[in-house]
This record gives sequence, C-alpha cells and structure tokens, in this order.
Amino acid sequence: MKIHEYQAAELFQKAGIPVVEGCVAATLEEAVQIALGIGYPVVLKSQVLVGGRGKAGGIKKAEDRGSLEKAFRELKALRIKGYPVEKVLIVRAVNIQKEFYVGMTVDYVKNDVVLMASSAGGVDIEETARENPEAIKKYYLRGSHRPGGKEWHSFIQDVFPAPSYQKKAAAVFQNLINVFFAYDCSLAEINPLVVDEAGEMCAADAKINFDDNALFRHEDIRKMQDARYEDSDELKAREHGLSFVKLDGNVGCIVNGAGLAMATMDVIKLLGGRPANFLDVGGSSNPEKVLHALRIILNNKEVKVVLMNIFGGITRCDDIAKGILEAGKRMDISVPLVVRLIGTNEPQAKEILAQNKINTYSTMREAVEKAVALAKR
Amino acid sequence: MSILVDQNTKVIVQGITGRDGSFHTEQMLGYGTRIVGGVTPGKGGQTVCGVPVFNTVAEAKKKTGADTAVIYVPAPFAKDAIFEDIQAGMSLIICITEGIPILDIVEVMRALEGRPCLPAGRPCLPAGRQTRFIGPNCPGVISPGKAKVGIMPGSIHQPGPVGVISRSGTLTYEVVYNLTRSNMGQSTCVGLGGDPITGMRFTDALEMFMRDEETQGIVMVGEIGGGDEQTAAEFIKKEGTKPVVGFIAGRTAPAGKRMGHAGAIISSGETTAEAKRQVLQEAGVTVVDFPDDIPAALKKKLR
Repeated sequence: MKIHEYQAAELFQKAGIPVVEGCVAATLEEAVQIALGIGYPVVLKSQVLVGGRGKAGGIKKAEDRGSLEKAFRELKALRIKGYPVEKVLIVRAVNIQKEFYVGMTVDYVKNDVVLMASSAGGVDIEETARENPEAIKKYYLRGSHRPGGKEWHSFIQDVFPAPSYQKKAAAVFQNLINVFFAYDCSLAEINPLVVDEAGEMCAADAKINFDDNALFRHEDIRKMQDARYEDSDELKAREHGLSFVKLDGNVGCIVNGAGLAMATMDVIKLLGGRPANFLDVGGSSNPEKVLHALRIILNNKEVKVVLMNIFGGITRCDDIAKGILEAGKRMDISVPLVVRLIGTNEPQAKEILAQNKINTYSTMREAVEKAVALAKR
Repeated sequence: MSILVDQNTKVIVQGITGRDGSFHTEQMLGYGTRIVGGVTPGKGGQTVCGVPVFNTVAEAKKKTGADTAVIYVPAPFAKDAIFEDIQAGMSLIICITEGIPILDIVEVMRALEGRPCLPAGRPCLPAGRQTRFIGPNCPGVISPGKAKVGIMPGSIHQPGPVGVISRSGTLTYEVVYNLTRSNMGQSTCVGLGGDPITGMRFTDALEMFMRDEETQGIVMVGEIGGGDEQTAAEFIKKEGTKPVVGFIAGRTAPAGKRMGHAGAIISSGETTAEAKRQVLQEAGVTVVDFPDDIPAALKKKLR
C-alpha cells in the first residue's frame, strides 16, 4: 500500500526526521493561508501516487500570492497519468546547498533490511544505480535496529564526507529505521535529503510503501489509503477474495493459483490468443466466488470467451461447477464458457456440468485451444 | 530414497484444531504420513483424528519424538509458531500459511542463521544445529507413496525417479499430473513457496536432489520476480550432475507494480521470465514452453 508524500512526511516528522516546512491544501484559500504562514517563495507539489510527477508539470514554484494562485489553479486542473490532483502540498522553497539520496527496503536475496544512500541524490538515482552503482552505498542491518560499529561509521563517512553532516545524517537514519520497523514498511525513501543555506539537513521529499501482509496490525495506516488509486474492478475482486489484473486481450481467464494463472495466460498467448486478465480465485473456492469472478470478467466488453482452468487441490471441482450453474441463473452469460476441471471431486463436477450441457476438458492445452478458437470467431 | 520426508518422518501439526489444520491432518493421515501430534496453545489434552494435541511444540516434541513441524496457523501468529519450532530444535519446519509480514520472515531467517537477533528475547538457533525451513506460502513436501506433509492432492502423485521443485502451488500439481500421466513418477516434490523471501530456495533443493540416489532427473518450475532461478542456473552449471527440465511462468505477465527507486536499485539484474529462461538454457537446462511438454523433454534427457 502506498500513501501520499504529505502523509509520509507527517510520519517522518513524528519520528523526529526534520522535514521541509509545509502543509497540504485542498482549496485555494487554504493554499494562500499556508503560503502566508511559511513566507514566499514556496513550492507547490501535486499529491498523486504515480511516478513522473515533476516531468508532468506537477511541481511549481511561486514567488508571490499572484503566482501562487495561478500555479494552484493550474495544478488543480492537471491530470497526471489519468489521475486528477486533489491536494497540493505547499512547502518552503529551500535554497539547496547539497542533496542526497536515502532509502530503505528489504533485500530479498540477502534476506535482510538494507539502508542505501548516495551523495548523488535527485530524480536520476535509478540511472546512477545502473551506470555508477558504486556511487550508492549500502548498509545491511543484520537483525539490529540500532546500527553502529566500524562498518556503520564508514558507511556514513563515505556518503557524508563533511563531518558537520555526519551526526545529523546518522540521526536521520536511526529515525528512518524506527519508522520502517514501527509501521512494517516495504519502502521508506527520502529523495532528496537536502542541506539548506543555514546548513540544516531536512527531507525535501517523503515516500513510504507498506507491506500489505502486515496491514492487519496497523489499522491507523490502513485508514490513510487513498481509494481513488485502486482500480475499481481490482478493488471489487479483492473484496471477494479474488486476485485480478486487467489486461488488453479478449480471452477472460478464471484460474485457481497464481502460478497456474500465469501459466494459463502464457499458453493462451503461445497458441495465438490474447488473455484479457489475470484472475486467481484462490484456494477453498466457494460457489459464490465463481459468480463474482464471472461478473468482474464480463464487465470487460472486450471479452469474447471465458476460460476456466481449475486444478482441484483444496479447491473442490464440484464447488466450481455449482458456482457456474448458479452464475448462469443469476446473470446473463453472453459469451461461451470453456471449462477445464481436474483433481478433487472432478467426476461429480463433470456430471453436474454434463447434465446442464456444459462441455468440459481434461487437459489445459485442449481447453486453451478451444478458447482461443472461439475468441477469433 | 527421497529427500526431506519419508515413511519414518514424525510430524506434528501446528494449528491442528483449526479448519485447515484439522482437514489436512485427516488428509495426511489418509496418505500414510506419521502424524504423531498436534499443537494449539490452550487446547492441550484434546485429540484431532485420534492425534493428541499439546499446548507447546516443546511438549509435543518431548512426548512424541517428532522431528518435523507443519504450520497451518493464521498469519498473525505464524512467526511465534516458527520460533517455537526453532527453540524446540525441530529439524524441518514446513510453513503452509500465506500472508505473513515480510519483516517477520526476515527475523525468522536471522534466527535460523544462528546469529544474535534483536530485539532481544527471541531465541535463535543454537550453534552447530541445522533447521531446514520450507515456505512460507507453500503447498508443502510429498515423497509419493511414503509421506505427504502439506496440502497437495496425494492422488495425482506416483512414486518414481523425478524430483520436482516449484515456487507455485496448483502449477506444481499441473506439472506432476502430466508427469504421472506419462508414467514418470516422483521421488519427492518440494513446494518452495511464492513469497519474495523463502527459507529453502531452488539451489538448496537442487543440491539435495543431486545427492539423492533415487532421483534421476529434476523438474524446476519457476516464475517471474526475484533472482533464485539465476542462482540455481549458476549452481547447475558448476555442480549439476543430473538432467534438469525447467518451466518459467509469467512470460505474458505485465511488468510488475514497481516498488519505487529502492526496489529498482536493489533488485539484482533481470527478473523477467525471458531472462530466466535464457540463463537456465545457458546452464544446460531444457526450458519448455508448455507445462505438458515437460515429461517428453525429461524422457529425452534421461535416455
């Protein structure tokens, strides 16, 4: 789960990380008040959860009230990658003397939490990572939440050669570590961490992503979610315990298990078809899930055929079959269904479907070939 | 022979009184697995399918002599369940539970390495002892005809010479089903699990299969994301002694939702299906396009 910059900045500030002075505004009146409090010049930053905000014109500087009003109106009229700008963060325009990149995430290869920092901060940090990886220093926490020792000091010294910055930077890192573990973050990033004209170090941007699996223990964080950024079909799918991603083809898929669902999409493509979606109905599917899955898939008018590929383990095939019949009664299934069922309670499922004149297939390849042919009709 | 589990493996089920735990205990017993006990805190003294339930893993181990634990407890309590096993000195832990927070697993991995882990108070593995941890979010391990420790349907398996290693659940069943249909039985099938951090990884299982006398050929089923298939390819190139056939799922999956800059910086190299297929092929692995091509490809290599 992602949150907006202003929300992340609040969490940073609460944890003791100095953040550039500012406040979020939804209306022009609020914006004017905030700018008055901070003093001009100010920077206006669109609050959207998609990347490339700067390049899309979502960040503007204002020297006075007139230019603030103009900039605010322009930002509010903007759509960034399709998303309207609802709120604008207004911050003091910092006279940047030096900028750094600071980030923290989980390294899945080393099974460890890693801190990363570079004196080459700014938007092009990924380019730096590719072209000059030595410019980004890493420090692995190795189970500790309180870094220290020789390796730690050389990490700090490598990124912040000026002694006057080192103590401040170490404090920022410690507070970032605290935030990371306190909220089960999957990513916490300050890009850039800046030094201003007074020699003060502060975060000029804030980014936090959270581990979805840990949200059960952070009700306060869950409340911060901006639902506008959820695809309505994907959201609906999740409410019903389904995992769904829309694609641009015309063969709708209902599969149990993510691996088999991906493999089914691959086979559709290899046999000349185009998958319309990824949909994992998950384990222990009850008949209701099939109904919801079909509703979501048929919401997409491109879909010409629905392929169901179910390998019963925990999932029982007869439950799926009952779900198909139930769906047939409760909604209009306007496209052909191609059903492949195998595994737990397969004979019962095939009998139920045969009685209702629905053909089933035993192998994945046969079923996909049939579905692809129907989609081309 | 087989790897990890067989007819002598003594298993305890954590979360045995729950819906999933009790259902699968019955299934595993039906397959012939030696389930010697179950653990649910506060429910000691009960029985499930004739299996005695204990309050703690330590007690269950002492009374039954179990060496393997299989975990069905809900995600919020899974970390504590795993730490109980580490402390009790179980030699194999198989975690079926899905949705466990990643930082919980990072903590578990630290403890398994036997290094001091903070915050203090958590037990870590005593020096000189080895615990194998499989999962989380995995279907478990089955040595056909001997023992099934997990949630896979036993009926699709058949004893034989093929070792199967996979990151998926139902896709593994698909692969096993095709092998069995072609009369190619399995020595052991290992479900590594679908999370970004798992205890056992491809290389660990490959190493065990390469040493196992019964296993003549290996099938590895990978997918997009992470770098495990690449590490496995390096291992096969250097130390591979048996033929390997691979399948990688996710060639048509859209580029994943990115995790900001840090994710891009830390992810080492290419994690696409095509990149994985290529490095495996370079290591001498036959990588097939369709899951049902696996039996024929392996037969050809075994000839």
